[in-house]
Amino acid sequence: MGSGSSVNPTNYKYSLQKSENAFKAAVLIQQWYRRYVARLEMRRRCTWRIFQSIEYACEQDQIKLHNFFSYLMDHFTPSSSKERDFISRMFISGESFKEAELEKYCDYESMEVPDSYTGPRLSFPLLPDHATALLEAFKQKQQLHARYVLNLLHETRKHLKQLPNISHVSTCYSEEVTVCGDLHGQLDDLFFIFYKNGLPSPSKSYVFNGDFVDRGKQSLEILIILFTFLLIYPKEVHLNRGNHEDHMVNLRYGFTKEVMQKYKVHGKKILKMIQNVFCWLPLATLIDQKVLIIHGGISDTTDLDMLHKIQRNKFISVLRGKKRKESNKDVEIQEINGESKVETESSESESDLSLSPQPRPAPSITNRLEFSKWLRQTVQEQIDWCRQLVDSESEPEEPTYSSVVSLTELDTQCWTHQEEWKQILDILWSDPMSQEGCRVNTVRGGGCYFGPDVTNKILEKYNLQFLIRSHECKHEGYEFCHNRKVLTIFSASNYYEIGSNRGAYVKLGPDLVPHFVQYQASKTAHTLTMTQRISRVEESAFRALREKLFAHTSALISAFKAYDKDNTGKISLSSWAMAVESVLHLGLPWRMLRPQLVRSTADGMLEYKSWLDDLAMEQRSQEHIQTSLLEVIYRNRSNLETIFRIIDRDHSGLISFEEFRQTWKLFSTHMNTELTDDGINDLVRSIDFNKDGNIDFNEFLEAFRLVKQSQ
Amino acid sequence: VSSVITWDSSYPGEKAVSFPESAGHSLDPQIGIDGAVAEIEKKIIEAFEVFDHECNKTVDVREIGSIVRSLGCFPTEAELHELLAEVEEEEPTGYINLEKFLPVMTKVLLHRSYQPIPEDVLLHAFEALDENKCGYITKEELVKYLTEEGEPFTQEEMEDMLSTALDPETNTVHYRDYISMLVVDET
Repeated sequence: MGSGSSVNPTNYKYSLQKSENAFKAAVLIQQWYRRYVARLEMRRRCTWRIFQSIEYACEQDQIKLHNFFSYLMDHFTPSSSKERDFISRMFISGESFKEAELEKYCDYESMEVPDSYTGPRLSFPLLPDHATALLEAFKQKQQLHARYVLNLLHETRKHLKQLPNISHVSTCYSEEVTVCGDLHGQLDDLFFIFYKNGLPSPSKSYVFNGDFVDRGKQSLEILIILFTFLLIYPKEVHLNRGNHEDHMVNLRYGFTKEVMQKYKVHGKKILKMIQNVFCWLPLATLIDQKVLIIHGGISDTTDLDMLHKIQRNKFISVLRGKKRKESNKDVEIQEINGESKVETESSESESDLSLSPQPRPAPSITNRLEFSKWLRQTVQEQIDWCRQLVDSESEPEEPTYSSVVSLTELDTQCWTHQEEWKQILDILWSDPMSQEGCRVNTVRGGGCYFGPDVTNKILEKYNLQFLIRSHECKHEGYEFCHNRKVLTIFSASNYYEIGSNRGAYVKLGPDLVPHFVQYQASKTAHTLTMTQRISRVEESAFRALREKLFAHTSALISAFKAYDKDNTGKISLSSWAMAVESVLHLGLPWRMLRPQLVRSTADGMLEYKSWLDDLAMEQRSQEHIQTSLLEVIYRNRSNLETIFRIIDRDHSGLISFEEFRQTWKLFSTHMNTELTDDGINDLVRSIDFNKDGNIDFNEFLEAFRLVKQSQ
Repeated sequence: VSSVITWDSSYPGEKAVSFPESAGHSLDPQIGIDGAVAEIEKKIIEAFEVFDHECNKTVDVREIGSIVRSLGCFPTEAELHELLAEVEEEEPTGYINLEKFLPVMTKVLLHRSYQPIPEDVLLHAFEALDENKCGYITKEELVKYLTEEGEPFTQEEMEDMLSTALDPETNTVHYRDYISMLVVDET
């Protein structure tokens, strides 16, 4: 090195070159790295889209299931009395109990708590110590004795009945109000919120905006904690009903199952009580008359005055009720007019239906329309009969034509049941959209999509500053839209998968300026790098997507064949993308997702049969069951599970072989599948069921990996 | 005397050298040239829509980099600015329209601009910064180069890279391992 002169041309050139090289090297590394990060971001967003579209498609299924039941009513021709009973049972399940009947059925006072029980013992009225004892017990994974659970539920119901439909909170009493969104059974998130923000107290108000249950594994614990705090601090704790506070939704999304697993003996009672607590949850909360908090959203017909006045407890399930209630009205109107309960509508009808009190013979089943009307009435009458049995504390009937006519002293407005139902459905199920207007929420199947203009109208009409809602998972735990007039707050972190999203809660002071706290309640999530987190979530999403693809194998083959006119067994990747979207309708960016779904191609062409075979191999668990049957099961597994749970009214986990066959038959009718009797028999034979003709359908579902493996 | 390394990748002014087939731009045998263009356009629209939150055919200008890069391109920041100039409105609104973006991006993909950086070129880049050729770079040195030279990293970008690249015990980056860990499989 070192020549003494300060400017040595060789050295100068050398160092110039060196710094030029360093510069270029840096550029290259930065260029490459930025590209890598962009790819990660794209992968993250695609993964998100996958989860969301599958989640919402599933919710849509739920609504479709209800339409399926309506369809059943109109089209299915039962071929035996067993089948008739079977169908009618599906509609009777879940009816509301009158007060006295409820008390009797869900009695807890006679339940003994053994000395060996080491969990918390509750006495009423509850005290803060009870709450801390419960929190501690749940941290230790203890279970509250069924007696106390039922007692708590009874007291909660008594309290909720006194509350108005819309709760009012004022920031002048407790300086700050904390609003939490969906928790979905994720107890760790609730623990974290209490840890970071403090427990509810006279100086700490909380609003929990619905969806406390389903999906997560500790929904019941969350309910117990929330109800406990509600009773201890009634002025400071406020709960809103969410779309998952609904027993019909719980059947599908895991809460019903969770309760039955944890309380094998008393689970059914607990579920019955909970049903009658959910319907009493308030529908909305107003802070300082300026901020409206609802679970889902609003619609262009949202009417707070109506919401104030309706009887919210009539809607045990927000999903049911359309068709049946209409037929109920029809029957009532005929009664007023002095006609006997005879169908006068149909001109097609020939045989006269002379309906006498039960038991009554079914009419000839040659005329389907006839028969379905008979069926509807039979079901309705059974319900009325149940009601008559009970000593009623006059719970007013839904406003029918008769009540309008005879009870004119009533100063309450008489909206139709339909209108009231829509009000509730809209605030529990709607989502905001960026375009103006208001349209039906086809993705979820319930509620609507509301635009910024709808928001502005409501805010103006009721002199509000902004809306807070939940219902949608957000990556950062919260998100503004509609020009910061609508805030979505979501408190279940890692909702789709560990690392998928943060949870958040929002605090409002008298100035009503929102302050957010975000978190991710999982030790694992923190130790993972961004790359690892995204990979993990991605893996999960793609697994779910591959399953969905498999479930549509037959339809996919037809679609692929349409692009393969020459029958070469191959199609281009471009055709693949188009075919897949045409079958699945998920609106996903298939070309972006392709590298993860299609591993091998020969000259840019895909051999689709072998690709589908590969997919099937991943899913198949029992070799001898035909792929097509498995495919049908997969495609409909959510519906299947829900229907099974409805059939299994005592929640025992067992259904009879006959009921099982009937379910499959009903399914085939609706789902257009060719499932022969032999097919069903094969299926049953592969299940280990005991000789008394009962099927443990939990075993059945698990055998086919229909139940998520995350236990 | 250190060797002189010529970079094949472009920095303002240099033309990109064409690389062998990559990122799935090969002509689809079934559909020919027009079909190829249509297919490229579909890809671009898909990528664009992933970032189009409002579903109104616009994206935030700050997301353009992610979109271009996830379509298989490796532009430098300078090249990205050039591209932006072509797709921005006369009066920049902060949003880019799909209408303007599509033809420009289609051209980019057809001409295979902004070629990917192969592993070995990347390795040479790290080696150029590794004065003593010991297989690793110290944290201080790497930070200095990447935040002061080239198109400097923001602090966030630097921290992010370090979170995966840095061996916390020795405070060094073993670049061979790092590269192989992060090279993403592309088809």
